[in-house]
Amino acid sequence: MNTNAKKREKAGAFLRQSSVPIMFVIICAVCIPISGLSPSYLINEIVTRMGRNVFLILSLLIPIMAGMGLNFGMTLGAMAGEIALILVSDWQIVGIPGMVLAMIFSVPFSILLGWFCGKILNMARGREMITSYIISYFINGVYQLVVLYLMGSVIPIRHGSIKLPRGYGIRNTVSLLNMRQKLDNLIPLTIAGVKIPVMTFIVIGVLCLVIIWFRRTKLGQDMRAVGQDMQVARDAGINVERTRIISIIISTVLAGIGMVIYLQNMGNIATYSSHSQIGMFCIAALLVGGASVDKASIGNVFLGVILFHTMFIVAPKAGAAITGDSMIGEYFRVFVSYAVITVALVMYETQKRKRKSLEGQKLAQAQKGEQNKGQKEENEA
Amino acid sequence: MNEEKTPLLKMQGIKKDFFGNQVLTDINLTLHEGEVIGLVGENGAGKSTLMRILFGANMIRETGGYEGEIMINGEKVQFHSPFDAIAAGIGMVHQEFSLIPGFTTTENILLNREPTRKSLVSDIFSERLNTLNRKEMEDRAAAAIELMGVNLDQKMLISDMPVGHKQFTEIARELSKKHLKILILDEPTAVLTEKEADALLSAIRGMAQRGIAVIFITHRLHEILSVCDRVCVMRDGKLVTDVAAKDTDVPQITKWMVGREVSENSKPQAGGEERHASAKTILSVSHLWVDMPGETVRDVTLEVKEGEILGIGGLAGQGKLGIPNGIMGLYQAGGKVMFKGEEIPLNAPRKCLDASFAFVSEDRRGVGLLLDESLEWNIAFPAMQIQNKFLKSYLGGLVKWRDEAAIKEITQKYIDELAIKCTDSRQKARELSGGNQQKVCLAKAFALNPSLLFVSEPTRGIDVVAKVLVLDALKKFNRENHVTIVMVSSELEELRQTCDRIAIVSGGRITGIFSASESAETFGALMLSNVI
Repeated sequence: MNTNAKKREKAGAFLRQSSVPIMFVIICAVCIPISGLSPSYLINEIVTRMGRNVFLILSLLIPIMAGMGLNFGMTLGAMAGEIALILVSDWQIVGIPGMVLAMIFSVPFSILLGWFCGKILNMARGREMITSYIISYFINGVYQLVVLYLMGSVIPIRHGSIKLPRGYGIRNTVSLLNMRQKLDNLIPLTIAGVKIPVMTFIVIGVLCLVIIWFRRTKLGQDMRAVGQDMQVARDAGINVERTRIISIIISTVLAGIGMVIYLQNMGNIATYSSHSQIGMFCIAALLVGGASVDKASIGNVFLGVILFHTMFIVAPKAGAAITGDSMIGEYFRVFVSYAVITVALVMYETQKRKRKSLEGQKLAQAQKGEQNKGQKEENEA
Repeated sequence: MNEEKTPLLKMQGIKKDFFGNQVLTDINLTLHEGEVIGLVGENGAGKSTLMRILFGANMIRETGGYEGEIMINGEKVQFHSPFDAIAAGIGMVHQEFSLIPGFTTTENILLNREPTRKSLVSDIFSERLNTLNRKEMEDRAAAAIELMGVNLDQKMLISDMPVGHKQFTEIARELSKKHLKILILDEPTAVLTEKEADALLSAIRGMAQRGIAVIFITHRLHEILSVCDRVCVMRDGKLVTDVAAKDTDVPQITKWMVGREVSENSKPQAGGEERHASAKTILSVSHLWVDMPGETVRDVTLEVKEGEILGIGGLAGQGKLGIPNGIMGLYQAGGKVMFKGEEIPLNAPRKCLDASFAFVSEDRRGVGLLLDESLEWNIAFPAMQIQNKFLKSYLGGLVKWRDEAAIKEITQKYIDELAIKCTDSRQKARELSGGNQQKVCLAKAFALNPSLLFVSEPTRGIDVVAKVLVLDALKKFNRENHVTIVMVSSELEELRQTCDRIAIVSGGRITGIFSASESAETFGALMLSNVI
């Protein structure tokens, strides 16, 4: 009986932890038939979106490991990636070399921004998430200043096609036709009508291996220690502040590279809006995959991308089929991603509290046991 | 050639004061290789401060350093941080665990000292990109555990461990440091079961045989006698005795610990004044447990008589602070509390306040005061919130405004009564000294006009003059307003001067309740009787 109860307890804990993914599986299961989309179209879309987004979402893992929560500041890396891409496309370097150059070029920007972000987050310990969220707005302002005013006037931009007609500033959309899906199509492969971006998946695979390797390094171990208890880590001689900054820098750099991959798939940069919701959608996808504020794995990333984007694809269609208005589905998917983040944050807090009160109950039970034992002994005597 | 070997550690003329408050006076202590000394003393006797000095703790430097010399192997040392001390071969196991909950035993033992493997990447970037050598980690941890002679599951997470194993993990961490010469154990057996404690004691003997010197702090005196070579007793910042363990016994050590001469002025008050103790029980607590970290209450049954001052004493960490905090609902608690024949629900602070309890917390800066608000606000705020005092109602109670005049009046009254030193009643609470802040806390509780007042450590960290004033104010409040007071304090003398009866808590349980006129030795023995 005891083992049964234990099993039930375990199953209960599993259900509670994966309540968000299960909810999304149900939503998708209901919406897919209603939407009337063909399976091959759906699979094609999902595979494309996986190639597009997974790298970006993977960039969130390391700060979670270091106990800094969901890094809304990954937007900073996305901006660095965009600036690098704008410059590279102005220099007319095309195809894979252009992409690689853009990735390399985004790194110094990302390091600088990540260092800045990490410094500030060290000052706002315990409130990393809200702080990084606000920093992303702040840096967005700086980004607009650079792109809208400095590019073309201070930073030389030669090509008229990406410049605003007034002579400085960048157009709303910068075309990346020369790079469009160059990485995805480098090794062409189509299985049963599903186009597979092999090279992109290889890059993602390499990053996954790097993350697994990183967890086993001294730095990774330090980050886990810092993430769980900063004071203990400090007492053991780990440089807590530095470790935290490094984790944010790594995240920002990966986000910058991820953004280049994301945009090569899209084929154009929406100069003033590409990055703005990237952070939110990535975080929502990760949470949908069953991650929490203090725990996330590579598996969560893949599951999250599949579920979140299936919902993304089918919701507007399903909405249109039910109400005759496709906007309903559009609203639905945006509101759902905010809702997922909110629910995840609330659940994180309540679980923390629950754990605490559980400890209290255990103590009470232990005492009761002791009392009973004492009474029994008395009775026997 | 010296006949005697140079001692491993020599502390000479150590003095320390905290802002003029002398806590250590002229301490001389020597320690030889492989020697185990037991350091005992009441709370506040200065044991922890002395060990902090030896371990180079930051707070010592931040409060102005210390006087005197520390010599290791005959060489004078000056530690600027605990890391210096560690480098010199000193290891310390603190009372609070310093472990990462989600790491295994092995990972914790070798925290930040993990053996690593070099790789190409780490050559280019930094050593921190070396990969961990898991196998060697296991081996080294196993060796350290072996040294201790207990069984620890190396793969178990700290969060799944019983407390005793956590303690062993901490000790194993110190032992895994190769050059460890001196090990300081600060009440290591406090959290252990009898069996685990025995294992630890034999581990200590084993370490001593390997040449490691151990400084062992504990309240369990029989442990000291069974494992130590020498016993050092501290009292009021002085090292009063330093004898070989075989030449002494528990009653004698107890006497040294609490045995300050009972002087004329500290006569217990109960004798001097005829008190008409009511036979009526106002508050009865049965089987109370409280989950207050570091002050766990296990099973307390207690009756408080109407109109008395009941003292609760005991050593730190034994649960005396947990009692008022638990009853007032500040920490998770269980059991039964009856007040004037009615049951008071636990874990509901508002219910306690509605039942006209008041609580002066030991954490006055955190819980007790609105630091950035004026004295008027501080004193009137709870009364305003809980009892709608100092409020003027308009529109049939729809709008309530503060009655500033009444607030000012009551504040002024308490400022005069308690001699609170301040510029005026609008001064911010943060700007007052500790003693005056404590008086504000009392005034705040008095303004509630409670029928039962809990006071927790009312004199902690305040000077002698303020102490007398605070204690007198409590006595006066008790006599004139017929308020029942439950006072928790670590200072036995203070309890004996103020209270009618004193309950002693040890190991989360009441070990005895006696009239305050009972001898200090009796209380001292009670304090140590059930220590865990």
